[in-house]
Amino acid sequence: MSAVEVDRVWKYYGDYPALKDIDFKVADGDCVALLGRNGAGKTTLLRIIAGLSRPAKGEVRIAGRDLRELSTRRRVGILGHGIAVYDELSALENLKIFASLYGAADPSRTAMEWLERTGLDRVKDGLVREFSRGMRQRLAVARAFLHDPTVLLLDEPFTALDDRAIAVLQGLLKQARQAGRTIIMSTHQLREALELASHVVLINRGHLGFHGVRTQEMLDDPSWLYRNYGEA
Amino acid sequence: MHYLRAVATIALKDLRSEFRSKEAINASLSFAMVVLLLLSFAFDPSSEQAREFSGGLLWLVFAFAGTLILNRSFARELGNDCLDALLASPLPSWALYVGKCISNWLLLMALELACLPVFGIFYSIDWTVRFDGLLLVIGLATWALTVIGTMFSALTVNLRLRELMLPILVYPMMIPALLGAIQLTTDLLAGRPLSADNMLWLRLLVGFDVIYTALAVALVDTVLIG
Repeated sequence: MSAVEVDRVWKYYGDYPALKDIDFKVADGDCVALLGRNGAGKTTLLRIIAGLSRPAKGEVRIAGRDLRELSTRRRVGILGHGIAVYDELSALENLKIFASLYGAADPSRTAMEWLERTGLDRVKDGLVREFSRGMRQRLAVARAFLHDPTVLLLDEPFTALDDRAIAVLQGLLKQARQAGRTIIMSTHQLREALELASHVVLINRGHLGFHGVRTQEMLDDPSWLYRNYGEA
Repeated sequence: MHYLRAVATIALKDLRSEFRSKEAINASLSFAMVVLLLLSFAFDPSSEQAREFSGGLLWLVFAFAGTLILNRSFARELGNDCLDALLASPLPSWALYVGKCISNWLLLMALELACLPVFGIFYSIDWTVRFDGLLLVIGLATWALTVIGTMFSALTVNLRLRELMLPILVYPMMIPALLGAIQLTTDLLAGRPLSADNMLWLRLLVGFDVIYTALAVALVDTVLIG
């Protein structure tokens, strides 16, 4: 059974087809770099995989199950464009809320554990609105990882991160890879993504341009993929 | 048990956010006070006629000021894309909705109870005479406003003109509940008790609450995810 199965998915915005017959499978433990130019449909596809948007046609299954099943959502961690934490709440309060929603036995302990792992334990009672950008981003990373998801969906995760947040995220992704977690990561940072990825999915204006194993050729020359499979 | 905890988590989160920012409660309370004051200039507060439409005046204020609170309900999730994180979590949409309804109901009740003494002073009405009945009617009608308002707050959350759209959608839907609330409030403020004469309006309020709560709970996932 595949970890993630995208089965002939179409998505329209009005009459405009944002995704056209996207079809691929991701095996357990794969790390997929989801590539494509701006507006290609990467974020739309990730939102559909995360269950935040319904496809017009086709379906997505995670571990063979429907996306909107609660047990399926428990397996998925998402780090999107927004940090998805509340400005008026403290770092600890934010993580406790999400730990509680993900059914952690002891939300306070889980929250504290992740504050320590992301180096925010000293400011645990500080309101997020008073945090620097880097601290907010580390909190967002903690929020996405705190329930130990088996499938990680990351939408341009390194964009606008500071050095420390990048280090935290890279460390967590490395651990997730070693633990056999499945990762789907959309990005424009080709070299970094290809170094981490085991597979590549390329979207061209809503079409699936390429889906396959990441090769040494791609690592040696990241633009090779766009030259051979990218839009004309 | 997990679902109850989830509902409580959402309700407490919204209340805590609101108490820290005071965005909605300050705006709605000031608005309610200003409208109460202005209406007291428009009508002779000591006249018998004013007493006869006191329920209407009160609910006009509650409904207008209430939408300021309801508007913020889902809009506060837009900052930092928090709504996405909630919808991606194993939190059923209905639990998110019910949690928000509970926090909205508590905020609206606080607003309305704060308005009552001011209303009593401006309109020379002793609102304490049938306070238990009045509390029941306000509670039921406020739940009606809450379920409809929270649902449409979810529906309009991504619209640029949501502040305008929410009242346009909510008030027509609220007409049956508002009619009941106005009738019962007027009776109670005039010192008439809840009895067989006005029981139909009370039943209407209860029925409205039950039907619209069930409908909203059934439809909220479609509204939020599409």
